[in-house]
Formats: sequence, C-alpha cells, structure tokens
Amino acid sequence: MSTLAIDKAGPSRKVKYGSMSRDRIWALRWSYFFLVLFAIFFLTPPVYMLITSLKSSAEISAATNPWWVFHPTLSNYVELLSSNQFLRFFWNSSIISIIVVIVTMMISIPAAFALARMKFWGSATLATGVFLTYLIPDSLLFIPLFKVLGMVQDLTGITLLNRWYVLVFIYPTLTVPFCTWIMIGYFASIPKELDEAALIDGASWLQTLTRIFIPVALPGLIAATIFAFTVSWAQFLYPLVFTTSVDQLVLPVGITTTLIKGDVFNWGQIMTGALLGAAPPLVIYAFLMDYYIAGLTAGATKG
Amino acid sequence: MADVVVEQGRVARARGARKGSSLRNALGRKSTVAFFLTLPLILLIVLLVLYPAFYSVYLATLNKAMTKFVGLSNFTFLFKRETFWMVVRQSCIFAITAVVFKALIGFIVAHFVHNIPGKKQRKWRGMLLVPWVIPPAMSTLAWLWLFDPSYSAFNYTLSFFGVGPIPWLGDTFWARFSVILVNVWYGAPFFLIMYLAALKSVPDQLYEAAEIDGANWWQKIWHITLPMMRNIIAITTLFSLIVTFANFDIVRILTSGGPLDTTHLFATWAFQVGIQSSDIPLGACVSLFMVPILAVAAIFILRDVNKRGNEA
Repeated sequence: MSTLAIDKAGPSRKVKYGSMSRDRIWALRWSYFFLVLFAIFFLTPPVYMLITSLKSSAEISAATNPWWVFHPTLSNYVELLSSNQFLRFFWNSSIISIIVVIVTMMISIPAAFALARMKFWGSATLATGVFLTYLIPDSLLFIPLFKVLGMVQDLTGITLLNRWYVLVFIYPTLTVPFCTWIMIGYFASIPKELDEAALIDGASWLQTLTRIFIPVALPGLIAATIFAFTVSWAQFLYPLVFTTSVDQLVLPVGITTTLIKGDVFNWGQIMTGALLGAAPPLVIYAFLMDYYIAGLTAGATKG
Repeated sequence: MADVVVEQGRVARARGARKGSSLRNALGRKSTVAFFLTLPLILLIVLLVLYPAFYSVYLATLNKAMTKFVGLSNFTFLFKRETFWMVVRQSCIFAITAVVFKALIGFIVAHFVHNIPGKKQRKWRGMLLVPWVIPPAMSTLAWLWLFDPSYSAFNYTLSFFGVGPIPWLGDTFWARFSVILVNVWYGAPFFLIMYLAALKSVPDQLYEAAEIDGANWWQKIWHITLPMMRNIIAITTLFSLIVTFANFDIVRILTSGGPLDTTHLFATWAFQVGIQSSDIPLGACVSLFMVPILAVAAIFILRDVNKRGNEA
C-alpha cells in the first residue's frame, strides 16, 4: 500500500466553479444525512444501556416510553459497585487483562524482532505460522483445551480448571499471534540503516532491540497493547468453559450468569453491569483511538 | 542515544574478545539469539494451539466416556442427525448473509465518512466505531433487552407504526434475523475502518482525471475505487468470514441456539454438546467441521498477504 502514497501535496484541488461547488454541498448534505442514520443504528444499543441503567425496576416494568428516563436514579450503580461479587468480577477481569498484556508483550516483541530482522532457518515459515495461528478461532480450541487442562491437573495435581489464573495462560494464544504479526510489520518499516549502523558500532542484538526498535516502533507497541487488552477484556468463551465458581468469574461471564436469576431478568442491573464492563475499553479507545485504528488497519485483525 | 550505544557496544566487544569463551560466541551468534527470542512464541504455539488442535482430532475418535477408540462413528452419528445439517445450513446462512451486509454497510458508510471534511471525520469515525470497541458479550446483552418480548423497546416503537409485536427471538425466522442483525451491527465498523483506510490511499489525481474525462459518480466507483480497494476488500471479507463463521458470543447470549436449535452455529452447538451435555468427543467432532471452511479461507488470505508482502 505504501507504493500508492503518491504525493498529495500538489496544487490544491479546490477550484471553485459555480455548479461543481453546489454539487459538492449537496453531496455533503446527503453524506451527513446518511451518517446520522447509521450513527443512530450503531449507537442505539449503548445509549439504551445507559438509559436503562438509570431507571428503577418499577420504571422498567411500567408501560411508559422505554426511550426516556422519567425518574433517573443511580441506585443500580450504587448497588452494583457496593456488591462484593461484582467488584470481584471487575477485579478478576482487570488483573487477568493486565497480566496478559505484559505476557503478550514479553513474548511477541522479541519474537517479532527476530522474525522481522534476523533471517534464520525457518523464519519465513514461522512468520506464516504465526499468521495462521491467528486465524484459528477460540471456538475450535475450547474443547481440547478444556481436556488438556484437566489432564495437566490430573498429572501434576495443580488445580487449573475453575481458577481465574488459568486464563492468563490461555489468552496469550489469542493475543500473541496478532501482536507479533502487527509488530513484524512495524519493525519491518524501520529503515535498515538504523540498526545496521548500531550493529556496526558494536551493539548486541538485544541492545538494538531495546534502544532502537522499541523506541522507534512505540506507536505500534501501543496499538498492540490496546489490542491485547481489549481482546482479553472481551473474551467470553474460554472463561465460560474453564471457570464456574462465582469468585473465579470474569466480568462478561459474571454478568450473564449471576445477574440473570432463573427466568428473572433484572434489566436495570444487567445493563448497568454491561455498561461498566464496556467502560474500560471505551475509555482507552476515547483517548487512544488513533493507535487503535492504526493497529486495526495494520493488516491483521478480526472482524 | 547513538553515542551511548556506540560506547557500550565497544566495551562489550572488548570484554568479549578478552574472555573469548566459546559459549559466549555461541550465545552471540545470530541464529542462537534468534532462537531464544522466538522460543516463547514457538512454545506457546506448539503447546497451546497445535497440540490441542491435534488432540481434538484424537478426542473426536473416542466414545462418550472417552475410554474406547471408536474411529469415525462420531462423524457418522452426526451425519444421521437432522440437527447437525440444520447447524451446517444455519452456519452458512449466518456467515454469508452477515458478511455481505457488513461489507456493504462498511463500504457505504466509509464513502460518506470519506466525503466529509477532514476535521469532522475523526469525530464521526470515533462514533461509528463504538460497536466494535464494546465487548460483544456486553453489547449483545443490550440487544437482548431491546428484543425483549414484553417490554421491548423495539416492539414499543413499532406499535406506533401499527406493526404488531414481533417475537424477535421466539420465532425461527426472526431469531435468525436477529442474530444476523446483531452480528452486522458489531462487525460493520471493522469493515468501515478498513475501507476508510483503503479509500484514503487512493490518489486524488485519479478522480480528477476521471472528472475531466466526464466520468459520473458510479463510473468513478466502478473504475477507480473498487479496483484500487480490491485487495483490502478481499482480505477483510475473508477475515470476517472466518470470524463470523466461528462466532460464539452473540448466538450464545441472544438465543442459546433456540428456538428449537434453529439458530445454532458450529461453535454454540459444540459448546452445548461438548460442555453442557459433557459429550466431549462429540463436541470436538462438531467443532472440527469448521476446519475445512477455515482452511479454504486461510489459504486465500495467505495468498493475498504474501502477494502484498512481495509488493512492499
């Protein structure tokens, strides 16, 4: 794609002929019109989450306009944020995501460096392998992994099933291939002269990595970090299969299993929980959107 | 910083030369360093991805109690079950319909966003990407609530237009429609952002030349935009096909496969059979049916990715 980046800084194309600029204005109006429609489609569920979370149970079951809050209350938030169970889910999710991000970075940065710069036996195959691993979905591996965890538990006596920390070992299978893949791309875009100069000056490979590659590819690292975090925060299938006790659950599983009691849906609390669970990725995204998008378009992500 | 690197490098080299141990030489060799740098990655892939993947093939050949080798009888058992063929059909309908709509909406919205002036683009892009950022398990809960039969916000709104209450998740057709709708909602922003990046890389000069030649709006899209975006469109679509086909969260939370198993995908059915009914071999067997389709998509993606790698 870089070959397409033809010089765009040529003479400005805003030559204003009467009719053309009128066409342009209309094109703009239509664009805004449809963008508003699509924004409504895209934002309805999150907005509805917020609306519901501000309602009391009585108001939710009353046959009034569901799109409006008549008696806003924060009681759902107070109740959830003072419940030990919910805080436990939040804590589990946070600690798992943070550890996964660290583990992911520690595995994928060196690997991406080696694959991008040190041509060695099998490096091309390995790079392709990383990419293929990234395409293997969690829904293919959850059953064998469940068995493998049980087997390890039988062999070593270490409890793995129904423990939150097992997720710290499993999530990197989702985050590492992706992060390695985008970082190979970022590292490959660094001019060769930079590290060749360092090597000639006598820097070791590790020094080249820590002093040249990591600082220069920092935007790529941030993108990868955000990804690793959002992927581990959002993961639903593995924790659903591997953990069952209430104190071991992560947020998505905790909300869907404990807040729904039998056939009784306490929608106010469920929506509040969902909103609080969606908040960390949303906040990160609000501040680091450009990195997030840079990572998305770096050529390898799930959709 | 360069000075620091130079100095430390010299010191290290001088020390290395003085000691001159063979171990140090071996450790300093490029291939050895590369091996140690990639070792954790290789271990992770082999132990936690490759091994389970092959183990799942082995599991699929066991009987329910996992005590006896039964060969392919799990597979033949599946072939005789009506539910299995329903899952195959539903997985295909779900994946293809959802990907087509995601691609269409992504393409259209990307054009609109590309149309508006630069400064405002960021704001719109940010808003339109929100569904992609919220963990799908959370946003699907919001949809579940929107679809609620008795207090549903959708049915409430529709009643003003005289459209009777729709059993969103209770009726086969509407349940299928709903899971696809939610998947489209969740996945379209991904296409939007990929296509937007692709649009930005199309040089303006091409459009100017076309305009001078008198090309209309449609001709510009057909002869310039689409050919220039071809690669991105292909890769994004194939990626999305894999992920949509293997989807779990949305169907699990929205319908759990119901009504009457009509919305099950391979993943959700494998979960129900393998984990909930604890017939692990049969569950492994079900999820293995995703492999051929994933493999075909992966081969095509790999071809495109390698092509792109060679161009760069």
